[in-house]
Formats: sequence, C-alpha cells, structure tokens
Amino acid sequence: MSTITNNNNGEVKPLTKKDFTSDQVVRWCPGCGDYSILAQTQKLLPELGIPKENVVFVSGIGCASRFPYYMNTYGLHTIHGRAPSFASGVKISNPDLSVWLITGDGDALSIGGNHLIHILRRNIDVNILLFNNRVYGLTKGQYSPTSLPGHVTKSSPMGSIEQALNPISLALAAEATFVARSVDTHAKHLGEILKRAAEHKGTSFVEILQNCVIFNDKTWEDVTDKKTKENNALLLEHGKPMIFGAEKNKGIRLNGLKPEVVELGGDISESDLLVHDEKCSDPTYAYLLSRITYPEYPCPMGVFRSVEKPTYEDQLVGQVKTAIEKKGEGDLNQLYNSSDTWTVS
Amino acid sequence: MSTTKEIDALTIRFAGDSGDGMQLTGAQFTNASAIFGNDISTLPDFPAEIRAPAGTLAGVSGFQVNFSSEDIYTPGDSPEVLVAMNPAALKANLSDVPRGGTIIVNKDAFSKNNLKKAGYENNPLEDDSLLAYQVHTLALTSLNRKALEDITSLSTKEKDRCQNFFALGLTFWAYDRPMEPTLKWVKEKFKKLPDVVAANERSLQAGYYYGENTETFQIRYRVKSASSEPGVYRKVTGNEAIALGMATVAKLSQKPIFYGSYPITPASDILHNLSPLKHFNIRTFQAEDEIAAVGAAIGAAFGGSLAATGTSGPGICLKSEAIGLAAVYELPLVVINVQRGGPSTGSPTKPEQSDLLQAMFGRNGESPVAILSPQSPADCFDTIIEAFRWAVRIMGPVFVLSDGFLANSSEPWKIPNPQDFLPIEVKHAKAEEGKDFLPYKRDPETLSRPWAIPGTPGMEHRLGGLSKEPGTGNVSYAADHQQKMTDDRAEKVARLTEIIPPLQVHGESKGKLLILGWGASYGAIRSATEKAQKEGKSVSYTHLRYLNPFPKDLEEICANFEQVLVPELNMGQLTLLLRGKYKNNFVSYGKVQGQPFKIEELYDKICELT
Repeated sequence: MSTITNNNNGEVKPLTKKDFTSDQVVRWCPGCGDYSILAQTQKLLPELGIPKENVVFVSGIGCASRFPYYMNTYGLHTIHGRAPSFASGVKISNPDLSVWLITGDGDALSIGGNHLIHILRRNIDVNILLFNNRVYGLTKGQYSPTSLPGHVTKSSPMGSIEQALNPISLALAAEATFVARSVDTHAKHLGEILKRAAEHKGTSFVEILQNCVIFNDKTWEDVTDKKTKENNALLLEHGKPMIFGAEKNKGIRLNGLKPEVVELGGDISESDLLVHDEKCSDPTYAYLLSRITYPEYPCPMGVFRSVEKPTYEDQLVGQVKTAIEKKGEGDLNQLYNSSDTWTVS
Repeated sequence: MSTTKEIDALTIRFAGDSGDGMQLTGAQFTNASAIFGNDISTLPDFPAEIRAPAGTLAGVSGFQVNFSSEDIYTPGDSPEVLVAMNPAALKANLSDVPRGGTIIVNKDAFSKNNLKKAGYENNPLEDDSLLAYQVHTLALTSLNRKALEDITSLSTKEKDRCQNFFALGLTFWAYDRPMEPTLKWVKEKFKKLPDVVAANERSLQAGYYYGENTETFQIRYRVKSASSEPGVYRKVTGNEAIALGMATVAKLSQKPIFYGSYPITPASDILHNLSPLKHFNIRTFQAEDEIAAVGAAIGAAFGGSLAATGTSGPGICLKSEAIGLAAVYELPLVVINVQRGGPSTGSPTKPEQSDLLQAMFGRNGESPVAILSPQSPADCFDTIIEAFRWAVRIMGPVFVLSDGFLANSSEPWKIPNPQDFLPIEVKHAKAEEGKDFLPYKRDPETLSRPWAIPGTPGMEHRLGGLSKEPGTGNVSYAADHQQKMTDDRAEKVARLTEIIPPLQVHGESKGKLLILGWGASYGAIRSATEKAQKEGKSVSYTHLRYLNPFPKDLEEICANFEQVLVPELNMGQLTLLLRGKYKNNFVSYGKVQGQPFKIEELYDKICELT
C-alpha cells in the first residue's frame, strides 16, 4: 500500500478504498456487474501510489458512464460516445494526471466508435475500461453493436440481423499497445488486469465482460460461471502454453493460420501448443488470438497485447521542449515582427 | 515616353487558373504596396476546388488589392485594373471591371482550345467586345520564355510557372511599386533552388523592364504612401491575427493554450499558424473530427488550459452538443467560427454572416453563450484576446464569429507593444481549511463559478451534463434547481454588459438613418456612410462588436433615428434578434452572394432611405 503525505501537518497517511469513494448514492440496479468493477477500482487506486487529486475519471453516456460520480476523484461525465476526446484533452493538458475512461459497448463501439480507434492509435496514456454487456441498458434494452446475431430485443423482435463487433479485434486493428479482457465478478483477475492497465504507459484497453441483470442477464454465463468457465475460458499467461479445461487437458494449437482445440495426451504434448507472447510487436498475433471466440473455442481472458511505444503526450511535450530549445521561450515582439514590416514616421 | 499621374487609390485584380499562382502574385503586390506605405485591403477569391480543370471558368482564381494614399476600409468595389492570364479569367471577371477600366491579358493563352474551354465562340481580343476598355495584350508566355532562354536547367513547363512574376513585374512598373520586397522573398523561399531563384528574379525584372521599355502604357500611375499613424506596421490576415492574438493570450495569462481543430475551409489557417507556436506553450490538437476537437478542448479546459476550438459553420453543427456541455460544465471555452456560405457544405471559400442565429441558439435547451465579432482582419487580434477574457470571466463558451473574407483578407496592422496589454487574470480555486468545496458556488458579482483543476488537493469534484443542484453541482432534477441554474447561466452572460464599452456613433447622434452592422461589413458601411455624409445626408453608423449580450446603450441610440438599417450577409438574422428585443424601426438589408458588401450598393440603399 502506498503512502501519501498529508498536506496539513506533514503526517504520512495511507490512502484507503474509502478515500476514493464519493458521497453519492450508487444508483445501478441491484445485482448489476458494475458494482463489482467499481469496488475493484476503488480498491486498486490506493495501491497505485497516485495522490487522488491527480486522478481523473472520464465517461460518456450509459449505465457504466455514471461511474465517475461514485469516485472521490476529479471526474467528467461527458456526452454520448465522445469521452475519449475529453480524456485526451485532459491528459494532453496535464500529462501528470492519471486518466481513466469508463465506457460501455454502445458508448464506445456505436456512437463513439470513431473516437475509440483514434485514441488507441495515438497511444495517449489513458486507461479505458469498456463494460461490455452486449445490450443498451439505460435506454431499456435495445440490441447493441456487440449483441450476437439473432438476439431478440425490443428493437429486434425477430432477432438482430447485425454482425457483432469484437472489441478486442477492433482495438488491435487500431494497434492499441495494451489490450486485455476480464470479467466483472472475477474480482482477483479483474484487480490484476486493472493494475496492469494502470501501470502500462500508453492507452490501455480493457474489455470487461459485464452482466446486465435486467436486460441481458447471464449473457456471459457460459464463459464466466464457476461451473463452466474452466472448459469455456482460456486464461492467457505470458510465456506459457495455452492450456485450459477442468482437467487441464486441452490446449490451443496453431494449424497454419488456424487455431485448433486439441486434447493433450497421445502424440500431442504441451510443446505442440501455442505459447502466449503478449510482447509480440506485430499485432497480427494478438489479432489472431482475438478471433478465438466461444463457442467454437474457449474465450481468452487476460492480456492479449502489451507493448511499449512512445505516447502522444510525451512526444508533444518533447516537441514543445525542442521548440523552446531552438527558438527560446516565445517572445511576442519577435513574433509580431516576424513578417515584413514598415515604419510610418 | 510615358507620364506619371498621381492618384489616391487603385484597385487591381489578378486572375488566372488555380494553378497560375494568382494568390501569390496578389500577395506579393500587396506586400510591396504595404511596404511602400500605402493603406491596403485585399480580397482573395478562389474556388473550393484545388485544381479544377485548367482553363475552365470553374478553375479561375482571383486576388484583388485596393491600395491607397488615404485610409481605406474595403478591398474596393470593382477593379479598375484586371490582369487576366487566360480567356476563362477574362470571362469570369470582365463584368466586374467598370467601363474604361484597364485590362492586361496574356494573348498567348488565347488559343482555340482555351477559348473553347472558357466558352468563347470568337476571340474577344479580335472582335469588338472589349472596345469599352483599355486593353493591353502582350505575348506574356513567349516573352517570359525568351527572358529565361539561357537558363537551361529548367524545363519549359518550369519556366512557364514564372510567368505570373512577369505579369507582376509589369504591374510593379505600371503602378510604381518597389521590386525589392519580392526579390527578397524569392531568395528566401527558394534558397535551396538557385535556378528557380534566378528564373523568378529574371521574370519579375523582365516584366518590369518590358513596361519601362515599351510603349504599352502611356500613363504610369502612382499612389502616394498613406499618412497612417506613426509606428511599425505589418500586414495581417484575419486568421493570422487570431493566431497572434492567442500567442498573446498565452503570455498575458501565463497559462497553456490548447487549440483543438479539424481541418476545414476557411478556418484551417488558424491551425497552421498556431502549430509552429509551441514555444509559446500552445498545444494544437488535430482531432479526428469536429466533435473530438471541441471535446478535447473542453477536457483541456477542465485540466487547466485556456482552450479554444476553431471551425466553420458545418463544424459548429457537429460541435453543438459539446458546446452545450461546456455551458453546463461552466468551463471557459472560446469557439471560433470562420463563417462561410451555407447551409450544409455551401460555399466553402465564400463569406457569409449566416451563422449568427446558430451561435445564438444552435443547441438543445436553454444554453446561452457570449458572442463577439471582429470588424476587420487586424481586429481579429483584439477580438480573440477579448473573447478569452470573457470566457475566463463567465466560465463558459464565448463565440468569435469571423468569416471567410476576414480570414483571408489582409490589411496593415500597427504592431502593438505587448507591455500595453492588461494581464488576463486566471484564478484556480484552492482548498480552504474547514470548508467543503462547492463547485457551483457563484461569485456574487459575475455569477461565475470557481475553476478548480485536477492536481489541486482537496478540490476533487465531478462535472456532468445532467441537471444540477446549485452550489454542490450534484445531479438534481428538482424543479427549483433547474430553474435557478438556468436563470444563473443566463444572467451570467447578461452581466457582461457591465464591461462592454459604450457604442460609438459616427456622425450625428440623431437623424433619419442609422446604419447598424456587424462583423466584416464594417469597411463598406463606413465608406458608404462617410460618402453620404459628405453629401449632407442625415445618416450615421455604429458597429456591433458584441452580439450577445447587446451593449446597454444600443436601444437608446437606435431610438434617436427614424430608421435603423441593418446590412448583413444573411437574410436578416441580426434584425430578427434586434426586433425580438427592441421596438425601433429596423430595416433589414441582407444578401448572400458570396461577396462582401460593396460600398456602392450600401450607398445606394442609404440614398433610397434618406
């Protein structure tokens, strides 16, 4: 746990989860997956050693986007889909801040799809948490861009006829430098992933499989439920072969460019399996992983990609520094006179 | 031998293909005139298409310069001299040239093919159609090629690119302009290409000496330097002046400036002019779209920067929701709209003032913003500084309504002394012992709320677009809270009248007619009114820089006149606002023809009403 200097009397006082909890009553539905994500985030922040006045939570519109109101930090509840732009402005304005972006599948992938890909490609150091419940909650249950084809909702009574978007594939196509997936209720795993996201320098993108108890209950049950997850989910661990299953007897092998599920034993051993490499600089590998989807395959959980690249704000600050070194601090007289002048006497 | 004749002012227009370098030629002529000491005003007029098919009417690009020994306020109603580089340029511009005007044409370009592209059945240089004008035809292309004959390293095509400088040189001689500023510019611009420098110098000089040595021009005209206020001057366009103003704001406030923008005509030059000013602590952000540009600016304002976003009308449409958010967040934000012809994509390179009501009302809900408009290119400098002062004072969005004419037009600017400006005081709230921070506690005088920025301990707070409780800013839909917050936001903007200086009425303070304009129409209104005043007509003018709120004394001033004429480049938007507030007799005079008001048309209107 980090320690923060108390400003009033110089005493050293550790921050706790409580310090990051605002006085506002949380208004999500009872049983909503968002509670668990909020709790994990509030638990994590004191561990990061960042003074809470340096933390900013930014969100768009939707159930998830009420999140900043519940954090006792600085925060912006913005407009639908546009949160990445606000977060970018905050971070560029003051790169010392720890900026978090809370969004949902409608906010980030439908109305805000454009902004999402651009913040990712710029690699601005913002931690993006995308709560994916595959449905519109706040507008009462329409299908979302991640809803599966055939999904029956009020606006798709005969089933959705749209292809679902894969958030991880999208982030990787934008060459995001940190891409991960976790689950609302897997507290320990979520805590670890959020910590990794916070520590990553550059944009971190975390898809959190989240349950909407009202409009899309149990949407992720097959891959998240205790009873089924070991067979239906694959835990990604850097440098380790991809093994899953209650008996740890199944794995992923690459056949050309096609992954295949194999059973260990007989003539197939661990050395035949794909070994996870989250540091692979070419996003093609991580993209291939992102196409491993349930039910054909187990659903991968964990860090798909974590690579270092210069951040936007560091480069910008660098350019400001270079400009000052080259030209000196801006001088108005010099600037005004930088064009042809003439004197009237 | 030619004789030299002194005149007070002259308007010259250079016209050619988009690729002929007419904007550059006009700009060089302007520079030379400004440095010579004339008052100048320019009107670039070019198509939105970068390179429309060569030789066609759609591809004609023009640049008009008015230069004078007296103060001038417009680029001139019509060009007394037209330089036409091809048949299309002649055809597109001829109707603007008054009878008796001078036309200089490149006859080499009047080929059968070019004539056909321009839609001429007969060669106008060979029939009687130009009898009413003084036409000087010269074989500009071949003369220029000949002048550059011994520069063997350049192709004919490359040499032909210098022919605009031949034309420029000729006009320099004809109107007695100095060549030095252009020669200096050429050396600097092409310093890595010595052959190109040599060719351009040679073309310019060849044109000049062609004028001197031939009998083409019987009379050489001279416009004496103007007796402007003493000082050091330079030339600025509106977009340049905005960038210079923002650099000044950075210094006066000691705050970082953030400019979020998405490329759009005619606002992009602001971004281009600001991007190299990083050493002034100006951060520019070329966003993925208009919405992101304003979103990032608002985020930066929350982070403690002085933030602005710049665009044109279509961009404002996209930014509307976010501007409403800034109004409700109550964060300082300057929104620059370099207006162009609309609706929709409209006429990207042509000026209009048709986004006034959009600025005023173009958001959902009760969402008041402050609105300012500059009256000339150089005035953009003062206006943008004032806009930032206002934004900091009201903690909210302030619009600056420029337009495509101000953006690209230039005039002399007396370089100010930076020491003469008052600082822009920015206060960031700090935690006070034993007191809870209330993000929406209002200053009793200005009604603005405190600006606490991330990084400040003890001031953590959340801003949102949802309705709020006064003081705490907590989400609330309570009836009295919504009413109170709405009233306070409106009153905060209304109280700007306390710092708006009294309006200046030019002419008698009572009479038959008052001209009340705004924005770039200033020059034409002033010139037309002064002309009418000299003839004894009962007409005065006052110009509105503050469009929301209106100055306190506006109603009273208007009441002293029988009629108030409101000229604007729209179909009566300011008139509608005025009629909504005051009972005076307002007469709307609107037009949307892609051009600024002409002195003559306003003068005629004055005559009609007085």
